[in-house]
Amino acid sequence: MSKKKFSKQHEWASVEGDVATIGITKHAAEMLGDVVFVELPEKGKNVKKEGQAGVVESTKAASDIYTPITGEITETNQSIIDDPGAVNKDPEGNAWFFKIKIKNKSELDELMSKADYDKFAKENPN
Amino acid sequence: METQKTALYEYHKSLGAKFAPFAGYQMPIQYTSGIVEEHKFTRSEAGLFDVSHMGQLSIEGNTGLISALEKIIPIDLRNIKHNQLKYTFLTNENGGIYDDLIVTKVEKGFNIILNAACKDNDYKIIKKALGEKFKLTLHKDLSLVALQGPKASKILENIISGTSSLKFMNGKNFSYNGTEIYITRSGYTGEDGFEISILNNMVEEFAKILIVKGAKPIGLGARDTLRLEAGLCLYGHDINESTTPIEANLKWTISKRRREEGGFSGYNKIKSDMNGELSRLRIGIKPSGKIIAREGTKIFSVDGQEIGSITSGTYGPSVNGPIAMGYVKYNFSKPKTNILLEVRGKKYNAQVSELPFYKKSYVR
Repeated sequence: MSKKKFSKQHEWASVEGDVATIGITKHAAEMLGDVVFVELPEKGKNVKKEGQAGVVESTKAASDIYTPITGEITETNQSIIDDPGAVNKDPEGNAWFFKIKIKNKSELDELMSKADYDKFAKENPN
Repeated sequence: METQKTALYEYHKSLGAKFAPFAGYQMPIQYTSGIVEEHKFTRSEAGLFDVSHMGQLSIEGNTGLISALEKIIPIDLRNIKHNQLKYTFLTNENGGIYDDLIVTKVEKGFNIILNAACKDNDYKIIKKALGEKFKLTLHKDLSLVALQGPKASKILENIISGTSSLKFMNGKNFSYNGTEIYITRSGYTGEDGFEISILNNMVEEFAKILIVKGAKPIGLGARDTLRLEAGLCLYGHDINESTTPIEANLKWTISKRRREEGGFSGYNKIKSDMNGELSRLRIGIKPSGKIIAREGTKIFSVDGQEIGSITSGTYGPSVNGPIAMGYVKYNFSKPKTNILLEVRGKKYNAQVSELPFYKKSYVR
């Protein structure tokens, strides 16, 4: 897998060929608290960069999940729907959210590196 | 208004609390282990809650105090025993609820616990009703902590001997480090437990001892999931100025004499609610899947008619699933009635449920 790229909305994207795997960052999972419900977009749906593409609920509140990349949803992770707590345990690994067929590869350049994101998250804790 | 802090603020901070503003106070929402762990710890061990933001009002007086208070509070104050606690309300002219209260009969009169967001307004209402004859004090020098859970009694007995013999909804003065502190066996979690009223300058040391003895600090996040599992109302959400105690399914709080005689604010409406005019009722709701239906969610009948809305909804860690409370039209309020909840534009199956969702274990 390629290196992860990060968005200001606290999602990560990992690219292989023309498919990106999307999830939420460790920082985001910590901020959310215990995740108890996940809703993912339907397969085949077209989503737009920074558009809403799912919902996570913690014991406290519901939060929208955004896609950092434009494209078509090719796969969603049923295992986090069955076990939402996995999002807290392994947010940047097994608890990915969905895969997306990338429409415009140049969008990837607009995302941050790990180091830049860590700095961003520190400065923008919410 | 400037955000206030309780006397335990620095202590919460040292324990890694995440804070959020609540009713004008910076309150700990959770600590490092998170809401689900804190919730489960309270159900299996003992949780310590700082509820010092709540108002602690004392009213001193004898002759005439009971009849004056009964004009604004619909419980039988003639028959309340010394050191006994009762759950009740400040009702308004329309039978709605200004606040829900715990009233305790004490030697000099009554102690009343008020909700943080309501306490200043409550004070004005009570002062107006009672006039100048009685001494009212909203104690700013007192903190209030709750110790809740199956191990609460053992932990507290270890520190203050005699507390374990208190019965549920009873209180007493105890001596602690040369000072009198008032302890009640009560709470808001569905567990056995205590609420301890103690001077601000003693509370941190007291909290530390409870923690050394095995309690863990629990934030308002878990307090909310615990009380919802126990089917208890949160003022400003499940009850408010437009809900009557009867609609809220809290008729049991009004004694027989008061139901018959009335003589309190809003009695006409409450009486007609009791006599078959009830249009809606507070119910428990269990969504069928994992979907969480929050406050404001619309409730529909299976044939698509809008019949009410949710007033509290979350994930119940001990129930291991979503739970909610809300109001529906009276003829849809029977347990097991199938209903639909509209969340983010989609309708989801749910059922009217008995309350509580989680069985209590109070010591009687």
